[in-house]
Amino acid sequence: MKHRYLPMTEQDQAEMMKVIGIRSLDELFADIPDSVRYKGTLPMSEALDEAALFKHLKQLADRNTDFDKAVCFLGAGIYDHHVPVVINHILSRSEFYTAYTPYQPEISQGELQAIFEFQSYICELTGLKVANASMYDGATALAEAGALASGHTKRKRIVVSRTVHPEARAVLRTTARGLNLEIVEAGYANGTTDLEQLAASVTDQTAAVIVQSPNFFGCIEDLRAIEAIAHRHQGLLIVSTNPLALGLLESPGRLGADIAVGDAQPLGIPASFGGPTCGFFAVTEALMRKIPGRIVGQTVDRNGKRGFVLTLQAREQHIRREKATSNICSNQALLALCASVYLSVMGKSGMIEVAQLNVQKAHYTAGLFKRSGRMSLPFTAPFFNEFVVRLPDDAEAGEVNRRLLTEGFLGGYDLGLAYPELKGHMLVAVTERRTKEEIDRFVERLEAGLA
Amino acid sequence: MKQEQPLIFELSRPGRVAYSLPACDVPAVPVSELIPQSMLRERPADLPELYEVDVIRHYTALSRRNFGIDNGFYPLGSCTMKYNPKINEDAARFAGFAKIHPYQPEESVQGALELLYRLQKDLAALTGMDQVTLQPAAGAHGEWTGLMMIRAYHEKRGEKRTKVIVPDSSHGTNPASAAVAGFETITIKSNDKGLVDLAALRAAVGDDTAALMLTNPNTLGLFEEQIEEIAGIVHAAGGLLYYDGANSNAIMGIARPGDMGFDVVHLNLHKTMSTPHGGGGPGAGPVGVKSKLVPFLPGPLVKKTADDVYYLDAGGEDSIGRVKAFYGNFGILVRAYTYIRSLGPELLRRVSECAVLNANYMRKRLEPYYETPYPGICKHEFVLSGKGLKKYGVRTLDVAKRLLDFGYHPPTIYFPLNVEECIMIEPTETESKETLDAFIETMILIAQEAEREPDLLLNAPHTTVVGRLDEAQAARKPVLNCSCS
Repeated sequence: MKHRYLPMTEQDQAEMMKVIGIRSLDELFADIPDSVRYKGTLPMSEALDEAALFKHLKQLADRNTDFDKAVCFLGAGIYDHHVPVVINHILSRSEFYTAYTPYQPEISQGELQAIFEFQSYICELTGLKVANASMYDGATALAEAGALASGHTKRKRIVVSRTVHPEARAVLRTTARGLNLEIVEAGYANGTTDLEQLAASVTDQTAAVIVQSPNFFGCIEDLRAIEAIAHRHQGLLIVSTNPLALGLLESPGRLGADIAVGDAQPLGIPASFGGPTCGFFAVTEALMRKIPGRIVGQTVDRNGKRGFVLTLQAREQHIRREKATSNICSNQALLALCASVYLSVMGKSGMIEVAQLNVQKAHYTAGLFKRSGRMSLPFTAPFFNEFVVRLPDDAEAGEVNRRLLTEGFLGGYDLGLAYPELKGHMLVAVTERRTKEEIDRFVERLEAGLA
Repeated sequence: MKQEQPLIFELSRPGRVAYSLPACDVPAVPVSELIPQSMLRERPADLPELYEVDVIRHYTALSRRNFGIDNGFYPLGSCTMKYNPKINEDAARFAGFAKIHPYQPEESVQGALELLYRLQKDLAALTGMDQVTLQPAAGAHGEWTGLMMIRAYHEKRGEKRTKVIVPDSSHGTNPASAAVAGFETITIKSNDKGLVDLAALRAAVGDDTAALMLTNPNTLGLFEEQIEEIAGIVHAAGGLLYYDGANSNAIMGIARPGDMGFDVVHLNLHKTMSTPHGGGGPGAGPVGVKSKLVPFLPGPLVKKTADDVYYLDAGGEDSIGRVKAFYGNFGILVRAYTYIRSLGPELLRRVSECAVLNANYMRKRLEPYYETPYPGICKHEFVLSGKGLKKYGVRTLDVAKRLLDFGYHPPTIYFPLNVEECIMIEPTETESKETLDAFIETMILIAQEAEREPDLLLNAPHTTVVGRLDEAQAARKPVLNCSCS
């Protein structure tokens, strides 16, 4: 039973068994009752040699229409941005990717400093004082933010706008069932949260108001107005945001958010069928000791030299067990590193420039739809790199997309899937990767395909 | 190497760039005409200005200040730090896996869905469960998912069961996950053999018992021999049995949680299935369930039609709903599937045999030098106690720090909580006998140093880029970002 990952030779095995004082390997498993022992070979996929395995995987991969084969106008939480070439080289350093959580700081200074820098980047983008070392994704970060708000305010009701990502709201609902929270949804008007409805939903029992900006429709919310409503009864304001948009848009922290969350996928993380990505989580100083997950802090060693450690661990499950602020243990550290490298590459001017390119190209595309005659833009609120298109009455978005696929395009998200009232509407995302030629052809083919 | 590495912000020089963006090829309109000025940043985010070489050198320098499995032996108990095969990394980077969107039409992602489908089946077979969800992003996330299903199951039956029982040797995530799922935790003491105390369990169960969470083999590396009695007691009280799969590396192909009476199982693919830990994540924590819990699984599951077309099934009305956006940590699932196909069922069994043999060999050889609170056969890991060194003024922490000087990542320390001065060692199957022998000799040498020259341990590490760090100061006066703003 030789294998390239298994160094045990027959001689090794014989010597080790002798030291232990056993005559057969079976003796090592004598404590497992015979009645629960598995007899025979598990009905699992068979082993393949390296070349055959490579081929099998390549074949599976090749059956997918990837962004090199089709031009992507899909967004809705996952975006086809340019990934700077250096990122993969840095993420392939096995000192990073084969390390565990940095429990032993003296030999983990690299990871710890990288996370400290990630926290600094997130604070800078969100305008808040404290960020953690990452969450599973934007959706779970949002749900954890709701849980934090409930714990902090000792209130059980959370008001969430329907313009928040439907899957994030779904995760929030699941989380709410566990913690016995009540979720109230506020509707939208013209693509953004209906402020009157929101104001009517917020009471002195409201733990938090949760909005997303740019929201699921791509529209930018009026956070100043929402802040006033959220804080009217001393609830918290939780803002889910797109970190790439924060190159241009005012930070949630400066607009009064108590918690900013989101998904760092736009920051150089491959789409990867939706995961792994990286949730981020930032809070005001007042909430520092309530934040979930790992946090890295700066300190000194015995000689006074700067160093970094995991800190404020009294919040965490391995110390506090059932009284912890969250059950999170593993996070998405490698993708936090990815986002950090992206921000290091883009820097001060790159983040502005890439955000501007997204705005320009998306607005150019929207202009084409507006002028098309067959399609229209139902919302007039300001938007970032995504917008909603209304198809002609008889067109079905899923059908339109299947046709576009045959012409080499991944069309927009079918909004009817999550918003019954938006059947026949499509959410179109345009990143800096889309060229004018691709955009023109996309709009032309979409229109041509409409019966 | 002993030089401090500046923070990335400290490397910034105004005017440098490390990015390459396309020129704007559409007619440009001033941004303030498209988005109201009041919504735009008053001042730009204060990010560093670097060129490409700065970025590469900075992160290369950081990587050299870090220790992964590729650097050396990493016997971190309960973490299964096995080798992370390189083909896994290559596969996950194929454009057909890395550059696909979760909302693409299903017909354009048949390869990805087939991979997920096969992985669901393989993990169900491995654990002896009827159906597996690949959604959870990590072990703790899987625990919570499983407990939410258990909660939904009891509620559907009209029963109000509020308590989850865990042994005192359990992972901290178990009680934390129970709390997030809305349960109270009852912690029961282990018996003097380190196993579940059946009398304590009998006293703890009742008509309010929702579940018992158990790691088997447990965190002491011991198999719960009375697992069938345990299952009988919990089931007779109307509770369910939850299997924390953190220690699955001990029993692949040898015993399955499903056959032991467990109703819900999570696996840590970043442990048992060789996917890299990434410095803390991403992981993946698939959950398997017996048929009676299938209706409660979170959506979506990957299914197949009679003519081999794969599709996503959102789940029915009893589903607990979503636990994560999209379909789990897909890139990690690709790596796990690749690993399973690298070995196949026979060699997966061999993996567990080697892991257990390695652990027992190390335990036997270290026994004369360190106290072994639970002598006798262990599974894939074992615990030592450093309490015998206390008479020299040395603690387990000092042994761990001294190991750093010899180029090892130390074992898990001070866990499980029910062992004084605990040292928990898990060698895994991917380490050679020479590596184990060298580590054993080092542990013996350190035990001798503790007696003869305790200061060597107390002042350790001596060779790392920083010395022992002041963790108390970090928590007392938190500095959590570089406050460049």
